[in-house]
Amino acid sequence: MTDLWDGLSRAFFLLVSLDADLVEITLRSLRVTLTALLIASLIALPFGALLAVRRFRFRRTTIAVLNALMGLPPVVVGLIVYVFLSRSGPFGVFGLLFTPTAMIIAQIIIIVPLIASIAHQALRELWSDYHDLLISMNTTHIQRIQTLLWDGRRALLTAALAGFGRAIGEVGAIMVVGGNIDHHTRVLTTAIALETGKGEFAMALALGFILIGLAILVNIAIHWLTQTEREGRW
Amino acid sequence: MSDLFPLKVEQAVSRRRGKVLVGPVDLTLKARGTTVVIGPNGAGKTSLLRMLHGIARLNAGKITWNCPQDEAQRRQSFVFQTPVMLRRSVRDNLAYPLRVLGTPRADALQQADDWAERVGLGYAVNRPATVLSGGERQKLAIGRALIRSPDVLFLDEPCSSLDGRATREIEDILQKAAASGTRLIMSTHDMGQARRLASEVLFILGGKVHEFGPATPFFEGPQTAQARAFLRGDIVE
Ligand SMILES: Nc1ncnc2c1ncn2[C@@H]1O[C@H](COP(=O)(O)OP(=O)(O)OP(=O)(O)O)[C@@H](O)[C@H]1O
Ligand SMILES: [Mg+2]
Repeated sequence: MTDLWDGLSRAFFLLVSLDADLVEITLRSLRVTLTALLIASLIALPFGALLAVRRFRFRRTTIAVLNALMGLPPVVVGLIVYVFLSRSGPFGVFGLLFTPTAMIIAQIIIIVPLIASIAHQALRELWSDYHDLLISMNTTHIQRIQTLLWDGRRALLTAALAGFGRAIGEVGAIMVVGGNIDHHTRVLTTAIALETGKGEFAMALALGFILIGLAILVNIAIHWLTQTEREGRW
Repeated sequence: MSDLFPLKVEQAVSRRRGKVLVGPVDLTLKARGTTVVIGPNGAGKTSLLRMLHGIARLNAGKITWNCPQDEAQRRQSFVFQTPVMLRRSVRDNLAYPLRVLGTPRADALQQADDWAERVGLGYAVNRPATVLSGGERQKLAIGRALIRSPDVLFLDEPCSSLDGRATREIEDILQKAAASGTRLIMSTHDMGQARRLASEVLFILGGKVHEFGPATPFFEGPQTAQARAFLRGDIVE
């Protein structure tokens, strides 16, 4: 019990004193995840919109695959990325293994299906509203996708935030491909795993508080966005 | 620009899951006038208009405009029975059809403001379209359909939720459009409106064209018992 109180108070001290390691790890986490989120959104959002407006032959299969990919265990994603990036793998020459880039790649693979799937669900509803009008106006497919992405931007932001939450809290895949190297690839989740293993509860708890804080912020943002969406403001 | 009309409809049928919504329809529409489609609920008015406009599947028969199909398509607008509101401001809703055609933003917005004024929504240009009342939505939909100055304008019960004054204002706009050469094809349940606007009447029953001809003779003496009953407000058997 005294251990816990001791850990908590020292964790609190680390936080308020803006401990250098703590700040460095947090910033790296944010940089990796925000980069992954940006790239994943650029892929997933238009793809979700395309799935909503286009009727192509393998549409149902694509959606089923997308949903299945959402449940992919992150560690397995990490393993696959590892195999591709390792020295003997097809992309070995780039020397990306154990770099932040490798972690970004893994996170992109993990959150693209999630973001695309949520985006598709939201935009499908919007499309059933807009369908008749946009067909009647002779819009091109590109214009339809643009219109949906713009008018559905609130729901899409929610999808992106869900992706952020998943990516920032993920540990398995980035541990495998990043290697948790100090001052290089150590991020919030991998650092927590390491510090806990070492019995350094103060640092682990401080990192944990930051992670929890980020998760709460994201959830408040999602809540607020869906709220205003329902009220019909935007 | 070539002529869109005559529009020839031959044995056209539109089905949905095996059920015939409308047809078979044989019809020739000439270049001038206003065609008013009337008939009881579920008769197929909406289905007919959608089929003519080309947004409902044509399962059999032919619909031929006097010009290439894609050109004909570009020169039509449609006002839906339940107006579709884009989740944007009223101004952006009005500007949308022009933006899609590539009109520069400033120009499109200026025309949008102009049309908002004309349909009586000048006070609401900055509101989200989704908060508009039923009548305001219809006005917006009409402005948005007219902003492209279409040669053919389909209207599906465009004044069903408008009060007397707004109805007259919209009829005014429609009559001006008709006078300047826009071909109107509209459905309505308001027989007063049908009399005021129609130059020809299409009475539809059970998905089939029951009577079709010039308005004045139709309203003075319908040929069929069903049309007579409908005009009297009786139940149509
Ligand atoms: N998508 C659809 N699937 C199945 N049946 C449909 C569909 N759309 C319309 N119908 C049916 O086709 C018939 C004609 O419908 P339509 O909407 O054309 O009638 P309407 O004359 O416009 O009626 P109202 O005056 O009520 O607007 C109705 O019986 C309707 O239930
Ligand atoms: Mg109808």
